[in-house]
Amino acid sequence: MPNLRREDVAHVAKLARLTMSEAELDKFTEQLGQVLDHASDMNALDLEGVIPTAHPFGLINVVRDDERRASLDHDVVIAMAPDAEDGRFAVPRILGDAP
Amino acid sequence: MTLSGGWEMVVGLEVHTELKTNTKMFCGCANAFGAAPNTNVCPVCLGLPGSLPVLNVRAVELAMAIGTALHSTISPSTFHRKNYFYPDMPKDFQISQYDLPINAGGYLDLPDGSRVSIERAHLEEDTGKSTHLGGSGRIHGADRSLVDYNRSGVPLVEIVSGPDIRSSSQARTYAAELRGILIATGASDGRMEEGSMRIDANVSVRRPGEPLGTRCEIKNLNSLRSLVRAIDFEAARQVALLEGGGSVRQETRHWDENLGSTSTMRVKEEADDYRYFREPDLVDLVPDQAWQDRVRDGLKPMPAERRAALTQRLRDRAPALLDALEVVIDLGLDPYVIAALDAEVDADLAFARAANEIASDLVHADNLSVESYVATLLMEQSGDLSATQAKAVLVEILANGGEPVSIARNKGFERLASDALSEVVATLIEENPDEWSRYRDGDEKLAQFFIGQVMKLTKGQANGKEVIAALQARR
Amino acid sequence: MKSVRQTALDVQNGDASALSVLEESLAHIRARNDELNVFLYVDEEGARAAASAVDERVARGENVGALAGVPVALKDNLCQTDIPTTCSSKILEGWRAPYSATVVDRLLLAGAVPVGKTNLDEFAMGSSTENSAFGPTKNPLDTTRVPGGSSGGSAAAVAADMTPLALGSDTGGSIRQPAALCGLIGVKPTYGLVSRYGLIAFASSLDQIGPLTKTVADAAMALEVIAGHDPLDSTSLPEPSPSLVAHVEDGVAGKRIGVVRDLIDGADDEVVAAVDRAVEVLREAGATIVELSVPEFRLGLSAYYLIAPAEASSNLARFDGVRYGLRVNADDVTAMMEATRTAGFGDEVKRRIMLGTYALSAGYYDAYYGQALKVRTLTIDAFRRAYQEADLLLGATTPSVAFEFGSKTADPMAMYLSDVFTIPSNLSGEPAISIPFGTGEAGLPIGVQLLGPGRSEAQLFAGARVLEIADGRP
Repeated sequence: MPNLRREDVAHVAKLARLTMSEAELDKFTEQLGQVLDHASDMNALDLEGVIPTAHPFGLINVVRDDERRASLDHDVVIAMAPDAEDGRFAVPRILGDAP
Repeated sequence: MTLSGGWEMVVGLEVHTELKTNTKMFCGCANAFGAAPNTNVCPVCLGLPGSLPVLNVRAVELAMAIGTALHSTISPSTFHRKNYFYPDMPKDFQISQYDLPINAGGYLDLPDGSRVSIERAHLEEDTGKSTHLGGSGRIHGADRSLVDYNRSGVPLVEIVSGPDIRSSSQARTYAAELRGILIATGASDGRMEEGSMRIDANVSVRRPGEPLGTRCEIKNLNSLRSLVRAIDFEAARQVALLEGGGSVRQETRHWDENLGSTSTMRVKEEADDYRYFREPDLVDLVPDQAWQDRVRDGLKPMPAERRAALTQRLRDRAPALLDALEVVIDLGLDPYVIAALDAEVDADLAFARAANEIASDLVHADNLSVESYVATLLMEQSGDLSATQAKAVLVEILANGGEPVSIARNKGFERLASDALSEVVATLIEENPDEWSRYRDGDEKLAQFFIGQVMKLTKGQANGKEVIAALQARR
Repeated sequence: MKSVRQTALDVQNGDASALSVLEESLAHIRARNDELNVFLYVDEEGARAAASAVDERVARGENVGALAGVPVALKDNLCQTDIPTTCSSKILEGWRAPYSATVVDRLLLAGAVPVGKTNLDEFAMGSSTENSAFGPTKNPLDTTRVPGGSSGGSAAAVAADMTPLALGSDTGGSIRQPAALCGLIGVKPTYGLVSRYGLIAFASSLDQIGPLTKTVADAAMALEVIAGHDPLDSTSLPEPSPSLVAHVEDGVAGKRIGVVRDLIDGADDEVVAAVDRAVEVLREAGATIVELSVPEFRLGLSAYYLIAPAEASSNLARFDGVRYGLRVNADDVTAMMEATRTAGFGDEVKRRIMLGTYALSAGYYDAYYGQALKVRTLTIDAFRRAYQEADLLLGATTPSVAFEFGSKTADPMAMYLSDVFTIPSNLSGEPAISIPFGTGEAGLPIGVQLLGPGRSEAQLFAGARVLEIADGRP
């Protein structure tokens, strides 16, 4: 496996909405690299044909009826908001539409 | 619209429809339009820490109904997380389906005889809704945004067609037919203007026979008209670009109805990497054959079938009405018309009373049974009811229920006995000698005068045809 | 403090009031909480109200429930209505959950008295409670050492006699390891036995809630109360709560116990010796001993340290400053989310989020996360084969007794390695229990571990009870 590169860590930090200082990038690259190196024994295995596990006890078809349950009180919900206006959650401007 | 210069457009459509369930996809909050902001929310659809999703069985059944109607294969499926950050996403991931959707493959035959393939139709949850403040109210130029999570967690089915569409009008027909199917399965109310059905169009161009060109996605088209205009604009834009020596960049574009053009949405800093992985808080969905059969057996006839049933009856009897049948299908009134036709009701009458009377109170159509409709029309046809009376009966049943014979009796719609009618006609002839002599001399227009007078005197109880017969008998 | 069993008996019989039991608990908390940093929040008012309600029901002659008047400490990743829940993170500092976890509701229904929220490694990521944003918790048995993690606060609460019962969560060993380091019983139930609704998720396919207590009987009582199907958790097993208390004295005669080298090798000598002694005790109690080797378990560490962070990276995405918790303002929402998360999360959480994001990212999924899910299948199959030859398995819980503060923090891998014996059960979803058995360096407790197939908690308690008696705690 290719070694973990600093650019990979920088890219991943952006994806995860985390800001890294240069020193942190260096530190995390080294630490994450160690974990991935340790996983090399696992990577080396040929597991072609092994089926990945979903639920360990094979539960399927868990559904609920289309029936109402009490919603949360609006005031309680809005009270949690760091910023709110008109009963809605307020956020700074959004640059760019949703994917 | 055909493209200039030997170009061909290639279009695929992605249609999202909200499902007409009582509650949301993963929680028991109401699935309702128009509530006050953030009142239909709970720990699950707000994505509060510690909350967990539980799948709505009705959403599954409606998804299976859609798949059945689209000739898909209903398959064992899993849910996946689509991970991305956006303020209208409470968990900053969307629970959707990825490589194992509930409905795989399928097709939709259009009235013009063409067939559009369906790649998949899968389940996913809707996001919250943001409004943008400052600037023009559009997202660009706004100072801040406000988010309402009432819509978050509403169940959606996303239907993805193959790239089989070759014109904007075919796209429109596809969208309209699909909408009819979604309404017929009970899955959707098809209200594009309310956002319960949204269309994204993937458009590319090429010279026929060449490989597919680079496509652009045009998002969130909210009417069939926008769909057509946007596709035509985009195809022309791409042709102009290519003919000018440029190349089409793969991107997402936004249709502006006012400007009549598509424009690039702001380019993102990084490509979308959704890091799909199986949703560990849900288990696999494996609908057994018995469940699939129940869904199939519960399906009402689809528009194509109903269209064929009407066409077959009209083709020889009243071919002029073939043009009118789409309206009847679209409004879901074909059961009435077909039953009336099968009872030997005159085709024009069968159509007219549906397209006018029932259509004017469509929201109460459930009050009028097919049997009552046929009975009323047969009474009108035989003369027991005048046209005015028949319409009144239908209006009454739609508004308040009931059945035709007793309503007619309660309203005093007794058939005017022929001798009573004779007396009335005789009286009118005496009182209107000038008009009578002109009619007797051949002025047919005066028949209407006498009919009108008869109606006034009999309070609408007379049958127009019978009045004419009575007049002619005396000529 | 009296045991769970004795407390419930006394309170139900009217021999002790729930309020008096609570006052004793609060006194113990006041005495040592500043020193040990066990509780992040003590809900005196709510606890007194709950205790009074219990006493009123007793006075009316009602049957209060199996945990009548029992003070309970809750790990601070469990939601309780109107009580602060922080996951020991700055990003949730001050947040009060508007709903309660199912396990909390069930405790209250059984007459228990929740007294407060205990410290943990931030978002349950850690093995020492040194990753808490609000300071580490000290091991009550030796305050220069860690209590283990991530449920270190819950373990310390019971070890310091503040409450006879605490709930923790176990994703890679976070109940069992602190139980071992603090001399307690700690149970990770079968995946799906206990509802996760209201448990703030770390790794959804691995997390389970379980009890920490001083006695086996207490743990069985507590687990019976919180276990059983919950319609709010899709991964919850369909059956109602099993009968556990009735089987605690079943013994192990006729049972086959598999001693698994791969759950012992690498441990300190004194831990190995403890496991050997446990083998003898079980043999004398009538069990047949089988030596087993399950090399697949060694892969578990790598698989776990890809699966858990991957799921966590997604579970923790919701902490973005929009709807609750910390918000650090910025000009646009993306910058706000970045600033909030950067300020709100500690280093270990950031490390695991990035590791998990990487393992799931385009181009790397198959090699890392995808491969780890296959190793999970290998682990499950390996357990299945082992359970053809044995009814229960025996091993160590952790490689060593409680270690000193700071001794493993320089190198994350060193800390991760301490989970090597506990992780396999999380991967397989099968239950395991840690039982104090003997002491080691500086008189610190050693934990040995019994593992069983899905839904075998009753047999685990029976085996643990045999060891408990032999260890001098009848």
